[in-house]
Amino acid sequence: MMELVCPAGTPAALRAAVDAGAHTIYCGFADETNARNFPGLNFSREELAQGVDYAHRRGAKVLVAINTFPRAGAEGLWHRAVADAETADVDAVILADLGLLAHAAEHHPDLRRHLSVQAAAANPDAINFYATAFGVRRVVLPRVLTVAEITAINREIDVETEVFVFGGLCVMAEGRCSLSSYITGKSPNMNGVCSPPSHVQYVETKGALDARLGGYTIQRNAKDEPAPYPTLCKGCFQSGDMTGHVFEDPSSLDAKDLIPALAKAGVTALKIEGRQRSRAYVAQVVRSFRTAVEAVAAGRPVPPGTLASLTEGQAATTGAYRKTWR
Amino acid sequence: MQLTVGPNQFFWDAAIWRDFYLRLADEAPVDTVVLGELVCSKRLPFYQTRFPEVIERLQAAGKRVVMTSLALITLKRERKLTEDLVDMGLEIEVNDLSALPHLPAGAAFSVGPLVNVYNESTVRWLQARGARSICLPPELPLASVAILAGAAPVAIEAWAWGRLPLAISARCYHARLHDRAKDNCQFICNADPDGRAVDTLDGEKFLAVNGVQTLSATCANAANQLPGLAAAGVAALRLSPQAEGFLDVCTLFRDLIDGRIDAEALSAAALPRAPGGQYADGFLTGRAGVDWSGAAQRLAASS
Amino acid sequence: MSDIHTPFPTVPSLLAKPLSFVPLAPIAQALTVLARRLVTRHPGLISRLGPYVDSSFAIAPTDLPVTLLLRPHPTAMRITLHRDPPRADARIAGPLSALLGLVHGTWDGDALFFSRDLVIDGDTSAALALRNAIDDCELDLGAEIAGLSGPFGRLLMPFIDLAERRTGMPLRRAEARP
Repeated sequence: MMELVCPAGTPAALRAAVDAGAHTIYCGFADETNARNFPGLNFSREELAQGVDYAHRRGAKVLVAINTFPRAGAEGLWHRAVADAETADVDAVILADLGLLAHAAEHHPDLRRHLSVQAAAANPDAINFYATAFGVRRVVLPRVLTVAEITAINREIDVETEVFVFGGLCVMAEGRCSLSSYITGKSPNMNGVCSPPSHVQYVETKGALDARLGGYTIQRNAKDEPAPYPTLCKGCFQSGDMTGHVFEDPSSLDAKDLIPALAKAGVTALKIEGRQRSRAYVAQVVRSFRTAVEAVAAGRPVPPGTLASLTEGQAATTGAYRKTWR
Repeated sequence: MQLTVGPNQFFWDAAIWRDFYLRLADEAPVDTVVLGELVCSKRLPFYQTRFPEVIERLQAAGKRVVMTSLALITLKRERKLTEDLVDMGLEIEVNDLSALPHLPAGAAFSVGPLVNVYNESTVRWLQARGARSICLPPELPLASVAILAGAAPVAIEAWAWGRLPLAISARCYHARLHDRAKDNCQFICNADPDGRAVDTLDGEKFLAVNGVQTLSATCANAANQLPGLAAAGVAALRLSPQAEGFLDVCTLFRDLIDGRIDAEALSAAALPRAPGGQYADGFLTGRAGVDWSGAAQRLAASS
Repeated sequence: MSDIHTPFPTVPSLLAKPLSFVPLAPIAQALTVLARRLVTRHPGLISRLGPYVDSSFAIAPTDLPVTLLLRPHPTAMRITLHRDPPRADARIAGPLSALLGLVHGTWDGDALFFSRDLVIDGDTSAALALRNAIDDCELDLGAEIAGLSGPFGRLLMPFIDLAERRTGMPLRRAEARP
């Protein structure tokens, strides 16, 4: 069966994911070492140890994402995160930064290392490089690849691959985008946030709701329209005589129907995005995908059923997995 | 302090491209020129036959020539291109880490601004691997630049002029804006030699797109930060090519470094040359990247 | 988790109307007692708020004529009720059933936001911190109220469950439901 890797922003979400059938949970510490550094989210050292215990007793694994890029002069914070994850007996750490990978490989050789999507390793050369140089055992593939490309990559590498199947969708190569810090001063790479809520303002104008990021209007929706996250790259802009979603429509990824194709492509694990979401989301999405991977493992078709109400803009896309997206 | 001309981010006609670099060779007071295609591998066949002539002229003028890798390598063809690039025998600027394994062991290389270099460990690792210069990501604040410049014996370069490269994608926004598939883009990005403006719904200048790349609408200008960059031990400033007036920009920065003019004079003289007509240096000052440390400057008839 | 496309049950006006004229102070006092008890039993509610522990939160059920103002504190948490919208750092508005469903893990906060059933104003970060803190505590207001009522509390539970089934309002923790 394909491994289902599920998000947990809180201990309650971790338990909800395990109970709903997650094979693996990923989470992060409550600081800037992880790419979902949102208010009220994430784990203390003690909560992580308890979470690992809860998961292990039920046969599930826990991965810790330490996937921002350590700040110059403050690398100790990230080094401690890796050491504490190992102490908590986690099953792997998910890293993105070259320097941090080198540090972990040297000082924590027995701690399994996964390559975060934030490292944007998008071809076999990059993946083999991380495998050879730092002993990376699994790579989370960037959301820029087609299924055919994923198939080709798996033929040329020896490490496992993990791909996103549900949730928020980055339009840009992950870990290589500074749109957020350009407008707000806070970036995914350095601060673990994108278009942070602290810089979002909602302003009501004649029958419409404007979302402003750092003072710039990035969305304008009629009051009865579904509201997307106020994310910069999903905003509505004008360019020349065109007005609209220049970069990406506000929708999120749902690749459930592609699970058989991804299995055939040699993918080991399927990842669900959403550490910022509630335990209700986690439970529902995990249950739905667990049923799907079980069906595919048994040679049955993916069961129908939609999670549309959970998706951004209440619209789903298969994203870059189909070539026409580009 | 040296000046480096970064790779041209945009898609220009071959003749214009050639003339730009020949004039640069003859007239620009710069030390290093990075050539090659950074953004889209489909552009390369249009002008790569001009490489030998341009390289020869630049080298004859005493300039160090470096070839960039692509910023995002995914296709088999693009991996092959990277191999071919290495075979040219010139120094390579790595702008996608997957170019690294193609380099012969022990070969010196440069690291471009699109590689994530955020901390001392990364600088030291790259230096040990053979990096002899690193242009830091434009996102880094001066405080980080200073720490990284002292981290290892490697020349540190900072982004000093030009629209900021903010993101790279598999999706082509130029094709999308023209309702075309990426595979049938008909090279429409050629129509916007400094990128195509993307404004907010309120009409404020916001970003610019350039094929699969997203840039700032503003033009980065590090002139006000020169004292800090010099004190940090930065070895070179990077200037990013633009369609018009680039030689003037190179000369103004040379004059600034050599103390012939001050930052205010540079900014005033260069504003008509700034793509987008507005400056930014907020990344260096640790604020939002779009912020500008100088007096509000807005060009009345800006492009 | 239920499908949020079903319209939210609203509080019948017969029940909502009296809130327009009955004295609010005793109700606020009871809610404050309940809130302090919750904080003692779920310290994470405060610690997850981090820097937003000093923020004030207006919780506005759109089908009730009152707004609840929450001022978190480790030991002196306070809830007041207001007929005029009070000033607050962050405001979260939506049908009472949506707000209760959020507390009880029945619905996902972002999904309610996407569908516009939930509206957030003011300090979005503070609102997010509160939502995440509450989600992690796995609160069960039905059980807490029953617990407040002393030894007779246990007898209340079947009535709370019945009320939940009858009204469609999520009155108990999602995971506690049979």
